[in-house]
Amino acid sequence: MVRVDGGGSGSSLVRVRGLDKKYQRGSEEIHVLQGLNLDVDAGDFVAFMGPSGSGKTTLLNLLGGLDLPTAGTIMVAGDEITHLSGRKLTEWRARHVGFVFQMYNLIPVLTAFQNVELPLLLTKLSKAERRQHVEIAMEVVGLKDRMNHFPRQLSGGQEQRVGIARAIVADPTFLLCDEPTGDLDRKSADEIMDLIDRLVREHNKTVLLVTHDPVAAQRAHIVLHLNKGVLVEGQSAGDKAGARS
Amino acid sequence: MKYAALILSNLFRKKIRTMLTIGSFAVALLLFGLLSVVHGAFNQGIEMAGADRLVVVNKVSIIQPLPISYKERLLRIPGIKEVTHANWFGGVYQDERNFFAQMAVEDETFRPMYPEYVIPDDQWQAYMNDRQGAVVGADLAKRFKWKLGDRIPIKGTIFQGTWDFNLRGIYHGKRVQDDTTQFWFHYKYLEERENPYWKGLIGWYTVKVANPDDSVKVAKQIDETFSNSPWETKANTEKEFQASFAKQAGNIQLLIMSIGAVVFFTLLLVTGNTMAIAVRERVRDLAVLKAVGFSDVFVLVLVLAESVLIAAIGGALGLGFAKLLTLNGDPTHGMLPFFYLSPQAAISGFVVALVVGVVAGLLPALSAMNLNVVAALRRV
Repeated sequence: MVRVDGGGSGSSLVRVRGLDKKYQRGSEEIHVLQGLNLDVDAGDFVAFMGPSGSGKTTLLNLLGGLDLPTAGTIMVAGDEITHLSGRKLTEWRARHVGFVFQMYNLIPVLTAFQNVELPLLLTKLSKAERRQHVEIAMEVVGLKDRMNHFPRQLSGGQEQRVGIARAIVADPTFLLCDEPTGDLDRKSADEIMDLIDRLVREHNKTVLLVTHDPVAAQRAHIVLHLNKGVLVEGQSAGDKAGARS
Repeated sequence: MKYAALILSNLFRKKIRTMLTIGSFAVALLLFGLLSVVHGAFNQGIEMAGADRLVVVNKVSIIQPLPISYKERLLRIPGIKEVTHANWFGGVYQDERNFFAQMAVEDETFRPMYPEYVIPDDQWQAYMNDRQGAVVGADLAKRFKWKLGDRIPIKGTIFQGTWDFNLRGIYHGKRVQDDTTQFWFHYKYLEERENPYWKGLIGWYTVKVANPDDSVKVAKQIDETFSNSPWETKANTEKEFQASFAKQAGNIQLLIMSIGAVVFFTLLLVTGNTMAIAVRERVRDLAVLKAVGFSDVFVLVLVLAESVLIAAIGGALGLGFAKLLTLNGDPTHGMLPFFYLSPQAAISGFVVALVVGVVAGLLPALSAMNLNVVAALRRV
């Protein structure tokens, strides 16, 4: 159950309270997020929408521990992350967060296999175990036969699927997807959204998705709009299905 | 080891740039290696000098002789165990460019004075039985393809006329650095043939002291013994004697260190710039590594490892080439008889290369470590 009114239960996987983020641009102070609340349960699929500059990516960065809020708290699976030191936050990220980026951000000199293996290098898994995990992730994204290809040898859609495999390979607590279809054509974008959809339905992954694309957002259980620094509930796929029936 | 792919793959991101940087290291270390060889060649005598030996020369100049009668007086000085003498011959074999040291030595005392030179007994005996006999170092024999029994004519410059010698022995050094390019023959042969002026005169004495700790004291005593005589002496430890000899060619060490410092400083700038560019080019990749959970320190070490690896490969190649170039020995036809890249010099060069690698990579590595992930991911 996703809530934005601060009234969620203590058992929420992600629990955000009074989140504030201000930036200084020259002499101007930009208040991007203002007392934002959010509760997300395990297995939820949430889409964040909003105009450019509304703070969607900032919110995702804060949830992923890449940035620190000006005020407020973020708890993920019982861990309060807003007060963790840099080193602890890095360790936390490795354990709990799978990032999917708009530009895929694969390392060009590594093969698909090596890119996906990266998060596992931080674990104590043996080489054979790492290979097994990578093969499973590549199978999930349907690219097991492209494991030894370099990113330049893959299409945009395939690159993004490798990016998703890298995000899921260490079985993180949740996936943060920042415009994963933003650089793809419609067909590839649909394929990527099918894959994310499947990760939620079949593998019970929790997904927080930032997108400009209403078609992509439709796949989420709920769409939240960022408006003037706070979240407002929009229409979810389920709601629309209900309305149609 | 599990990070090897990550480090190595980054090296091949820009192959030409990596090759050129490795090439810079290789050229610098080749130069370092060759300079070390030249430095070693000038200082070989100092390094190899016997700690228990003194050299006694004429106080006026090394080219002025000393009377042979001093030998007995030297032996009477407390603390002196053995005395031998030698004369510089300075002849020319076939061509003036074929320089090598020729010395007329006192046979009975010369061999025990220099135990580092090894010669088979039968060869030594053959030499002793032949008034025109000569003993040469293995490198010298190899250089002129001499073999035992060969007749070697040498044209005198100090001592006039052509002098014929029969090669009776070839000596080897116990240590690889020992000078095996000398030519020894009988002092008696020189004394017999030379004009009366040289009769009873020798070039210098070499003295073995009973206790090396007393060397300075004994040297002082020698000079005092012969002070106010027509042939005053200057006694020095063999090390000091060789050092003063090397100094005649100028301050080679300072020259070499100056060249080395300039080369390594330039290398530092080149590599530092290369690493800075390499880091700037993959800011996003480094940000992704941090995003997925690699620590700041890991990113620092990753960049440093690349820099050090480049330095190590380039350094090994350069020193390898230097070693190859010195395998054939002295290219100066006798001016630098000890032309050899020692393991110590090679290790020093390699360590210097690694240090340059670390220092050059440090600033780019620190900037990578302090990279702001959010800002870096926002860059297109």
